[in-house]
Amino acid sequence: MSSVPASAFLALALILFCIGLYGALTKRNTVIVLISIELMLNAVNINLVTFSKYGLAPSITGQIFALFAISVAAAEAAVGLAILIALYRSKKTVNIDEMDTMKN
Amino acid sequence: MTFSGEFLAFMGLALVAIIGGVLLLNLTKVVHMVVALIFTFVAIAGIYVLLSAEFVAAVQILIYSGAITIIMLFGIMLTRHDDESEPKAGRWRKLLLFLGIVGFAFAVYIGIYDFNIEQTPSTLHENNTLQIGKALYSKYVIPFELTSVLLLVALVGSIILAKNEKKEADKE
Repeated sequence: MSSVPASAFLALALILFCIGLYGALTKRNTVIVLISIELMLNAVNINLVTFSKYGLAPSITGQIFALFAISVAAAEAAVGLAILIALYRSKKTVNIDEMDTMKN
Repeated sequence: MTFSGEFLAFMGLALVAIIGGVLLLNLTKVVHMVVALIFTFVAIAGIYVLLSAEFVAAVQILIYSGAITIIMLFGIMLTRHDDESEPKAGRWRKLLLFLGIVGFAFAVYIGIYDFNIEQTPSTLHENNTLQIGKALYSKYVIPFELTSVLLLVALVGSIILAKNEKKEADKE
């Protein structure tokens, strides 16, 4: 069978998820925050596909769920970017710490 | 653990993916960050091929390295992108966040490092796309159709969100 253990794939997904989490929490540009969230979703997809091959009962369902996750992520990116552009028109900034209208 | 070709391929792809992610965190120009992330997305597609998910790999290349990267680049170019995203936030906050995330990673790693289920032979690699199509149109028809509705809603919604403001500005 395969020579790469399943835990290696899970560890790779964990590292990518942590990079995405750190980027989403520290970066100031909103586009980079959105793309870090995409990276986290990608890490989750790696986990789904890994368990579709290495799980107790290997089946195609994990890959199908990954496909659904990819399409939902694409919709989320489009809507997020549209909100960002609408916000940029009214506030002339993309820095996430200046978008604090609801803070008061 | 033997150094077979599969293992070497996995190590190379994982290295490229992690280097892309680290570059995303460390580069200063916003466009460079997005280009660095393309490497990560393509490497993840390679990982999918190793996991015998060829169709998901093709979708990954199409959607992520193609579509999402391009619309993110458009988003950067339509907004102000000449400023280097130099962090103004405090070092302490970053350090605390880093420690918290390292703690989280360690806690999850303890859970997965010796994860080993007995491998059962699978037939995922034979006619992968055919299997996905069969399952999608027999078991998962309703989620599939709901996804098309979701994509339509996202399309119309994002057009309205991005367009509305401009019209009102023109009227004024």
